[in-house]
Amino acid sequence: MDDHWLARASTIRLLWRVFIVVLAVTVLAEFAVDLHPHFAIEGVFGFGAWYGFLACAALIVAAKALGVLLKRPDRYYQEDERG
Amino acid sequence: MASALAHPGLIVIVAGLLLALLRGHARSIVALGAPLAALALVLSAPEGVLWRAEYLGLDIVPYAVDRLSRLFATVFAIMVFGGALFALGQKSRLELPAAYVYAGSAIGATLAGDLVTLFVFWELMAIGSTLVIWSAGTSRAWAASRRYLAVHLLGGVLLLAGVAGHVSATDSTLFTQFALDTPAHWLILAGFLVNAGAPPLSAWLPDAYPEASWSGTVFLSAFTTKTAVYVLLRGFPGAEILVWVGLFMVFYGIVYALLENDMRRILAYSIVNQVGFMVTGIGIGTEVALNGAAAHAFTHILYKALLLMSAGSVLYATGRRKCTDLGGLFRTMPLTAVCGGIGALAISSFPLTSGFVSKSMIAQAAVDQHLLWVYLALAAASAGVFLHAGIKFPWFVFFQRDSGLRPPEPPLNMRLAMLLFAALCVGLGVLYGPLYARLPYPVDYVPYTGAHVVVQLELLLFSGLAFFVMLPMLRRTLTITLDTDWLYRRLAPRLVHGLDRLLAMARAASRSFAHLLLSRLGAALHRHHGADGILARTWTTGGMALWVAILLAAYLVLYYA
Repeated sequence: MDDHWLARASTIRLLWRVFIVVLAVTVLAEFAVDLHPHFAIEGVFGFGAWYGFLACAALIVAAKALGVLLKRPDRYYQEDERG
Repeated sequence: MASALAHPGLIVIVAGLLLALLRGHARSIVALGAPLAALALVLSAPEGVLWRAEYLGLDIVPYAVDRLSRLFATVFAIMVFGGALFALGQKSRLELPAAYVYAGSAIGATLAGDLVTLFVFWELMAIGSTLVIWSAGTSRAWAASRRYLAVHLLGGVLLLAGVAGHVSATDSTLFTQFALDTPAHWLILAGFLVNAGAPPLSAWLPDAYPEASWSGTVFLSAFTTKTAVYVLLRGFPGAEILVWVGLFMVFYGIVYALLENDMRRILAYSIVNQVGFMVTGIGIGTEVALNGAAAHAFTHILYKALLLMSAGSVLYATGRRKCTDLGGLFRTMPLTAVCGGIGALAISSFPLTSGFVSKSMIAQAAVDQHLLWVYLALAAASAGVFLHAGIKFPWFVFFQRDSGLRPPEPPLNMRLAMLLFAALCVGLGVLYGPLYARLPYPVDYVPYTGAHVVVQLELLLFSGLAFFVMLPMLRRTLTITLDTDWLYRRLAPRLVHGLDRLLAMARAASRSFAHLLLSRLGAALHRHHGADGILARTWTTGGMALWVAILLAAYLVLYYA
């Protein structure tokens, strides 16, 4: 239905593979550089990777939970202005 | 010395007033020439107090330059130029003049050596920016501009009260560092924080900025919050409360942006988020932290303007602003998409972009001070920035599903403005030396070490992984998220409305009571004095004679008794 090469399923599969390889390379790069961790937790293997992932997952879940309480239809205030 | 005679802020303000009268090429020439002249003046002005006067017995220093004020005035002047280039095709005759008064006042505020001058420019900024929002010409913009002005006038009143208290206590109007030891200084801090978008009033920013026109929001993103960062840097470096205020802003911005559907409101929340990083740095207060906060303000103005230019181009071309209406625009707006992507990478502090060389200094300062929790919070927030702005904005606007929209690229001047700022975002990320050389303190910090780059890439790329893995949870919905502005947009009006109804009921009740009372009184009077009342009847002669006899008898009794 969409002929643009970037939107094809095959391209998206390829992009996912490249992405996973890049993710692996960034974690493995820890062996190549001197990390000189200042805090103990920074020295745990792949700190940036798992911490980044977990932090984002936690933020998304927190946002979702807050959304249950605070989300309203986007005409919420307009109704006031009309009435 | 000649450069000390012309004030960069006043040049921009005067140019703005001129722009209201000009049309065509003359307008473009003045619009682009004035910020360049201001930039040249800012860069060439000698350090120290350049203007000094006495007014009403107060020491007034309208024009003073040091490293910190020059840094902010420089980026403000660059921003005016880029914003004007982007806005040349704006049909509104009010917006550009208003934006110049606003921007010139921001430059004036950074070059103010005393609190009175600062306050005057502070209020002029509020007026200029309100007019920028107003000039969008929609009823929503009109309503938002009134709420915006109310919050900023409140901030101005807090600031004025603090300044008055400070001047009366110390007899000095000079703008120096304040200790948080008197109510006056707390009031000054509160006034500054209102403009920074700090809690509890941060809602003014995502409420008002996205209601401006496609070009107006670009100007608005730059000056108010960053002037607040500047005055906090000068007035309250190392005030610990700012660490916690800043961290709150950082996470508030991320969470609200994640829930948001309007593309420019996403970017507005991320302004609060980014200013949070700067405020945290100011709270840490070491030289590295203050350098980091100042540098981050500099780079932030450029990449945030770039992001809002790309969003503005989409709005200009499609007339749509909601993620649920957009998507797939990369096909026909590749340049806008690439420039937006560069801005998104820069705000995420991707290595080789401007955000990386500035934000990493703030994290380094937390490490240097052994602030483990602050460091962990900043690292989590760095990943969160990529999540809410770095991927979310470009993904939902330019990619995701195909919305079927095939808008053209925006006009040449808008493309050039985006290219200029994209070049600055990448240029500052690679050649950061000139920026570091202009920071307030000497820099002994190397951004590109193996450890910095690897950890940052891990944080960002795995944040990206989290985004795509959890994409179903991020599906956009036609919703807004309630904020503290609910108190004055919904609760207070309802209370007033309820009170009004209560008063109306009381009025009606008292009226019917009075009516009842009067009608009873009337009936009683009628009964006694009416045509058939007991006192109005004709009496018989015999009756009269009897009553006279009774009266005379009573007289006799009383006389002899």
